[in-house]
Amino acid sequence: FLGAGGGNDIQWCFSQVKGAVDDDVAEADIISTVEFNHSGELLATGDKGGRVVIFQQEQENKTQSHSRGEYNVYSTFQSHEPEFDYLKSLEIEEKINKIRWLPQKNAAQFLLSTNDKTIKLWKISERDKRPEGYNLKEEDGRYRDPTTVTTLRVPVFRPMDLMVEASPRRIFANAHTYHINSISINSDYETYLSADDLRINLWHLEITDRSFNIVDIKPANMEELTEVITAAEFHPNSCSTFVYSSSKGTIRLCDMRASALCDRHSKLFEEPEDPSNRSFFSEIISSISDVKFSHSGRYMMTRDYLSVKIWDLNMENRPVETYQVHEYLRSKLCSLYENDCIFDKFECCWNGLDRQVEFLIVMTGSYNNFFRMFDRNTKRDITLEASRENNKPRTVLKPRKVCASGKRKKDEISVDSLDFNKKILHTAWHPKENIIAVATTNNLYIFQDKMN
Amino acid sequence: MFVRGLKRKCFDGEEDIEGTLAGIKAIPSYNLQRQSLLDMSLVKLQLCHMLVEPNLCRSVLIANTVRQIQEEMTQDGTWQMINTQSTGQASLDRLVSTDILCRSSREQAEGKHVPGYGTFSKDFESDQGQGSSETMSTTSSVQAPRNLQSNMWEMENPQENKGNFQKSLDQIFETLENKSPNSVEDLFSEVDNSYYDLDTMLTGMMSNTKMGHCDGLETFSSPANTASNSNCKSDLNELDHIVEILVES
Repeated sequence: FLGAGGGNDIQWCFSQVKGAVDDDVAEADIISTVEFNHSGELLATGDKGGRVVIFQQEQENKTQSHSRGEYNVYSTFQSHEPEFDYLKSLEIEEKINKIRWLPQKNAAQFLLSTNDKTIKLWKISERDKRPEGYNLKEEDGRYRDPTTVTTLRVPVFRPMDLMVEASPRRIFANAHTYHINSISINSDYETYLSADDLRINLWHLEITDRSFNIVDIKPANMEELTEVITAAEFHPNSCSTFVYSSSKGTIRLCDMRASALCDRHSKLFEEPEDPSNRSFFSEIISSISDVKFSHSGRYMMTRDYLSVKIWDLNMENRPVETYQVHEYLRSKLCSLYENDCIFDKFECCWNGLDRQVEFLIVMTGSYNNFFRMFDRNTKRDITLEASRENNKPRTVLKPRKVCASGKRKKDEISVDSLDFNKKILHTAWHPKENIIAVATTNNLYIFQDKMN
Repeated sequence: MFVRGLKRKCFDGEEDIEGTLAGIKAIPSYNLQRQSLLDMSLVKLQLCHMLVEPNLCRSVLIANTVRQIQEEMTQDGTWQMINTQSTGQASLDRLVSTDILCRSSREQAEGKHVPGYGTFSKDFESDQGQGSSETMSTTSSVQAPRNLQSNMWEMENPQENKGNFQKSLDQIFETLENKSPNSVEDLFSEVDNSYYDLDTMLTGMMSNTKMGHCDGLETFSSPANTASNSNCKSDLNELDHIVEILVES
């Protein structure tokens, strides 16, 4: 296992957990997205109730050099409200599907958050001083009678308790007929894309009344629809390149310089089906739920129901690596189809430090509040659990093992005892340090490596 | 043991009616499993239309699964056979199926039991020795009833079933496309409206109690009978709910 010893192995320890303790989960508190900002100082979560909660890492205490700063609530705001589509007589959910941070340009922070239909650009700014000493206003804001003013003074800024304000700066609406599943900011930091089930649009961050449609896979006759877009992302370095994944397990790479409407892909990534594993569920489990470029842009990672695949952008016909997340579920697909778990969309992420070739780990979630990490160099993997039982800080997490069949060893968990209501769909890795954020249904766990 | 005897009687009963079934008797489990999957898929497609905008990805994946099953069944010729066989059992299944239809998908996931039927299919599965025991904590122990399509798609014409089926699948996508207050009616336009009429339901049930070729199933008829009233009511409740939403807008 990872963490079983050795120089580069990470030993993960519990750091913090955020969220309600009780088992009775309020629907609105279900976490739907998790994202670190570019410095890692801020960690944002979105939930089903349309709220965004941002945590800020404490500045490292020089005397406590053995642990990194804790994350505390920095700002909470209601990003999206439930709406009603009168034409279709349907509710539009306020659930936050994705949050993406913009790189910081000035004192304020900016992020994009989206629900099924509308994307919003939020500005989060701090206020720690306020002007005092107005001539025409009292301190409480009431206006003074001008005739009582006998002297003039210059108002000055005085310190006040820190206040963090979130304000919506742009609202990008009415461009998506179907449900938005992805947003991705371009490397030019001026444009971004938003993808729904059938279309991808390109926006300029400053312009809200117009967007360009760059991908449209809607058939003329909806009866012929057999494939939808499941995720999309811009290349981290090439501002005209992006990829999108489909429900049939394919990834298409498109170049916006080729044509205005990127209907023809530049590259098509698809692994041929393994005939020995063919079943009625083959297509469903091949559907890609997440796609993420590596930081270099040379590789991309995809997540389908049972596995994580690493693709080299130079090789279209098969992935370079495949990691089985929970292969023991393959024999249970019929039950998972029945209870709809087979449609769960798991995300995946790269470790933050993958700029160094020697250090490349990918992480993804599973059921029973388990999450998995795969080390691409050593080919070792580990299963860890996000649970309040392991909540002693600086205690190394114990690896978990699922017993697929046969005799269950001590400390192993049998497949049939897994709790399929406890799913880890969203995980995030700090861009610079070995700190990870793992979201269970309504709790956010933060783990960090054991520093010596 | 008792339950095993039941199942064998069931199969024998079918054989009496349809001699042609002897050909597929050798692999009943795969066909029935496949049928069960088909029924389950159709239920899922129906349920996801009811009240909220359906998840398009999920609907497309389920519809593709249904098409795959349909293609395979057409290829190995079991399509026609299964449907001629179904009319005899249609009555019981219709009553049981309604219950499944009327439940929200959340209730299904919580594993509410259809009286009697749940045990039957669970034992059936383990008897067939298919796979390991599936006792997942969130799995509903209710298997979709056989020939559910006889309920929604095929009304009086089993021969046209295939055509209706394809048409209905297309209707689903049209509905996804044009979600309008009329869409729910469109989806159900193929359904005989008397289906929702309490009197017709009860009359239908009464005249079909002679499904006796499967003696073993008699034990299931009483729970199904008492369920039929609530089935009708839940059908009506479902419609009321839909109307309520429309009116509220």
